[in-house]
Amino acid sequence: MTRYVALRLLQGVGVLWLVATVTFALLRLLPGGPFDREKVLPPEVLRNVEARYQLDAPVAVQYLRYLQGLVHGDLGPSYKYVGRDVADILRDAFPVSIGLGALALGLALGFGVSLGLVAGTHRGRPPDHAATLLAVLGMSVPSFVLGALLILVAGLWLGWFPAALWEGPLYAILPALTLAATPAAYVARLTRAGVLDVIDLDYIRTARAKGLSESRVRVHHILRNALLAVVTYFGPLLAVLLTGSFIVEQIFAIPGMGRFFVTAVTNRDYPLVLGVTLVYAALVVLANLAVDLLYAWLDPRIRLGGAER
Amino acid sequence: MSGAGWVGAGLLLALVTVALLGDRVSGHAFDAQDPDRALETPSLEHWMGTDALGRDLFARIAEGARVSLLVAVGATGIALALGIVYGAVSGYVGGRLDDFLMRVVDVLYSLPDLLLIILAKEVLEGVLVGVSDLVRTLVALVLALSLTSWVGVARLARGLVLQAREEAWVEAARALGARGPRVLTRHVLPNIAGPLVVTAAFRVPVAILAESTVSFIGLGVQPPFASWGVLASDGFTAMRSFPHLILFPSFAIAATLVAFHLLGDALRDALDPRRKL
Repeated sequence: MTRYVALRLLQGVGVLWLVATVTFALLRLLPGGPFDREKVLPPEVLRNVEARYQLDAPVAVQYLRYLQGLVHGDLGPSYKYVGRDVADILRDAFPVSIGLGALALGLALGFGVSLGLVAGTHRGRPPDHAATLLAVLGMSVPSFVLGALLILVAGLWLGWFPAALWEGPLYAILPALTLAATPAAYVARLTRAGVLDVIDLDYIRTARAKGLSESRVRVHHILRNALLAVVTYFGPLLAVLLTGSFIVEQIFAIPGMGRFFVTAVTNRDYPLVLGVTLVYAALVVLANLAVDLLYAWLDPRIRLGGAER
Repeated sequence: MSGAGWVGAGLLLALVTVALLGDRVSGHAFDAQDPDRALETPSLEHWMGTDALGRDLFARIAEGARVSLLVAVGATGIALALGIVYGAVSGYVGGRLDDFLMRVVDVLYSLPDLLLIILAKEVLEGVLVGVSDLVRTLVALVLALSLTSWVGVARLARGLVLQAREEAWVEAARALGARGPRVLTRHVLPNIAGPLVVTAAFRVPVAILAESTVSFIGLGVQPPFASWGVLASDGFTAMRSFPHLILFPSFAIAATLVAFHLLGDALRDALDPRRKL
């Protein structure tokens, strides 16, 4: 077990190195540089600035220096936010993104699982159709559309929630709902499929025959086993939340990592783009590991690190 | 096909019609400005109203449909071709080659899609020279979107080929003297075509979504050209006073994506009955 986790973590480091290399290469292929302005800088000023950030060295040397810094936990300085390190910026932005993501994850699981359970236990009847329709809508409506509509209706017309910014729990509700919609729809579909897989099995009939209440059968017998299907989806789910946060943070003017990424790309702020990318990739790697461990714990038939990896 | 499937197909037919005829039906060009009639609400003259520069919103949504569909279908086509070849070879040959090819896929998979799309699109735009701005952006978008999409297709194709490879009819074909490439193209691929068609139907809306997202944050198609993301972004800034500018583009995107999902679900039920998701 420990060996398995250690091995996976080591593989994760390899993946992160590859991600850093690919992103580094892509960034250097981008047209334009970090210090292109409307007003062209005098050549000697530009030379000085580039020397300060060691951009005058050959790209290979810059790459090695970056990796060296990375190993020491140094993500380099931001070009755009002068005087701030990328690590600094991420330290401020990361908790915001994670907080929003965690709230959205909770909402997605809560809504998705209940919707899927209702749909699965009423197969072919109106509640099933209604839930399926909701799920299709959830998967179809882009986050910027849902976000805009929520701001318009709940924020501006009804005035229930603040329409933008990030100044307390109330400010998190609309963005979290926006972020949660698509994953909730996927979770609902997975839960429904999982429920349908087990609902006709013998042990469910046995549970009913023992005289257990319907709600107990549903929660303890049906749902528990149906949830396995949902757990496998955790990895992609996190990716959906991360990608979604780019847009949602943009729409609601939330100072999270996703918002920095977009501006960092347009500003050619290489270290900041790399930093955000690496944090995202690390989260995905860790989440996938967590999912595999969780899965093995929930379903003891699965062996970790066996012949079938 | 189910009722919902027909609804999806009908919606898509309507969409394609609008995309093809669009500004000819409404009688306004998508980039024709009329400052005297800016920011009007819907009327008989302008069915969906006009934007801040007095351009007809219906014509712009039709133009957006053209751009969005073109980019999404193009990207999905490339992704399918590339992914099927890659995945099929990986699964059919197996062994070390398979291991290596799949590790490459794993790494691409661990990069957040949108991030890779944005970076790749910017790089490609720098590489493409000697064409108009619109063509450059569209080609860069198509290639960038297919770059993230083919990975999933490759995984699916590999899995399907791995399953099919063990079937008795493959063995029969081999026993009759057919060689690898022939077995793959003549026997295996036709048999796994169903799930691949289904994945295509689900990938087009994903591409539409990605394109409109990139355009929404201002890194995709640039005005005066329109994509739904551009229109939604314009509408978003003006929605406080002029909600119709966000409502119509939103409805167009949502209806299109719903249509593709309904059609995809119906196709899956018909062609790939074992899969539930």
